[in-house]
Amino acid sequence: MSQKIATRDAYGEILVELGKTNPRIVVLDADLSKSTKTANFKEVFPERFFNMGVAEADMMGTAAGLAAAGMIPFASTFAIFATGRAYDQLRNSIAYTALNVKIVATHAGITVGEDGGSHQSIEDIAIMRVMPNMTVIVPADGPETKKAVQAAVELEGPVYIRLGRSGVPVLFTEEEPFTLGKGKILREGKDISIIAVGIMVSKALEAAETLSQQGIEARVINLSTIKPLDEDIIIQAARETGGIVTAEEHSIIGGLGGAVSEVTAENCPVPVKRVGVRDTFGESGLPELLLEKYGLTPENIIKAAKEVLQK
Amino acid sequence: MVGTGQVDFNYLVEKAGTLRKHIIKMIGEAGSGHPGGSLSAADILTVLYFQVMNIDPKDLQNPDRDRFVLSKGHGAPALYAALAEKGFFPVEELWNLRKINSPLQGHPDMRKVPGVEMSTGSLGQGLSAANGMALAARVMGKDYRVYVVLGDGETQEGQIWEAAMTAAHYRLDNLTAFLDYNGLQIDGLCSEVKSPLPLLEKWQAFGWEVMEIDGHDVKEIWEACQKALTVKGKPTMVICRTIKGRGVSFMENVADWHGKAPNREQLEKALSELEGGSGGYEPKNCHP
Repeated sequence: MSQKIATRDAYGEILVELGKTNPRIVVLDADLSKSTKTANFKEVFPERFFNMGVAEADMMGTAAGLAAAGMIPFASTFAIFATGRAYDQLRNSIAYTALNVKIVATHAGITVGEDGGSHQSIEDIAIMRVMPNMTVIVPADGPETKKAVQAAVELEGPVYIRLGRSGVPVLFTEEEPFTLGKGKILREGKDISIIAVGIMVSKALEAAETLSQQGIEARVINLSTIKPLDEDIIIQAARETGGIVTAEEHSIIGGLGGAVSEVTAENCPVPVKRVGVRDTFGESGLPELLLEKYGLTPENIIKAAKEVLQK
Repeated sequence: MVGTGQVDFNYLVEKAGTLRKHIIKMIGEAGSGHPGGSLSAADILTVLYFQVMNIDPKDLQNPDRDRFVLSKGHGAPALYAALAEKGFFPVEELWNLRKINSPLQGHPDMRKVPGVEMSTGSLGQGLSAANGMALAARVMGKDYRVYVVLGDGETQEGQIWEAAMTAAHYRLDNLTAFLDYNGLQIDGLCSEVKSPLPLLEKWQAFGWEVMEIDGHDVKEIWEACQKALTVKGKPTMVICRTIKGRGVSFMENVADWHGKAPNREQLEKALSELEGGSGGYEPKNCHP
């Protein structure tokens, strides 16, 4: 796990690759193309790149029109603006219409860091998950990001992909298969399950390693597709391990933790602990320090696991 | 381009009358809906659907077809009437407006109604979608045109001005927009609620070619469409002076008829007027 790649860097690379073979792909950005890495695409395909300026609502609406005319538009900006500023456009022009728009948002979560709470999206999974017709993916690393973007192109319909700013450990090889809508068991265990997304997947694996040294065998699941949700893998985890910890760089309300709790409550009620941002906004600071302050570390996962085991 | 002599304006006037009767009848049957803004836009839609646009109800997916977006989605009855008259679906379907299991939603739904190119209803979003369609034509090397109708109250939405910048920046000369300038919105006069005026100067300042016409004169509407074809390097905005509720004496210029259905008696009076009855009612002059 030594190598680190930011998921947004992987996005910038795959977009260019896909653009070479698929002339229907067009890319829109809202004055953040250097940060979201869509500038890579602009370099190679300037005639298929549209900078919409600082106008996220218009960008989403324009993407809808491009899709209605048969293009496959990728619309990128920071997650806070993509899902907050342009909510109604996502809802009415893209989800309600089931148009083939791919919203790839970067700089999600508190690891945005120094820009502070105004820029740290901790609600976007909840916002996007509740929209009918929307597919929601939170890749765990660079290679999975590339697979998710490819899967999004192959799927006819709106897709939200949540990416981060900072480098994350590479967990998968480029050959690792990715199936939309399917979770993946990364480590077997019978005592408890840790279900994670995004940057928290590598932390879940670290936590599982420490727990193992203490005699607790944790199953670790990467549930990168939040919607459609792989209910089977959650129910199986509940039945076979008797307890679940969820881990996400997002509010504990309405995101992965909410989704998993809904499934267990309806199908197989077991103790669930949610590791995530606890109904509060973030603040400026170094990403690593923020993760510690807001309780998003392997230690927090270990603590939650032990609490579940004591229930 | 088509010469004036080749256009049957009497046919268009008659067709607009048919659309108005459908609008009133379908809203009456539904018991709710937006007659005022549907009637004010009826002539614009008539000219587009029955003279200007290259569309074929038997060839819905033709990639070369012209596109129409009703950004003021509450004018859906006018759009449905035009689509039914054009043959996209049976006229009888109109009487199911707003009823459960009907494709004719209160606001246009592209997934349910053949011929509807974009779902609208939440104001301010249609111009962006139209821009996207116009950009797609450029990417694909197509020469179709995109038409969009905005409400004047709708231009209070900030997204309209974001989209206005986009269309000018990307020099979308394959886009013709119409502003249904009836001067009224739900709460009263646009100029009193929150004035979008001056319209002409605003759109000019945003880099558009701007024309101002009588939005109930089918010849002027058609001429504006023709003139827009000659505009190069920028989008065209046709500001259409219209009367909210146009064609029905008691609805004209009354904001209360923005979103209210006529009762049985009012429905009959309205239809009679549109048939040319009620003592030969002459619609008032254009707003303002």
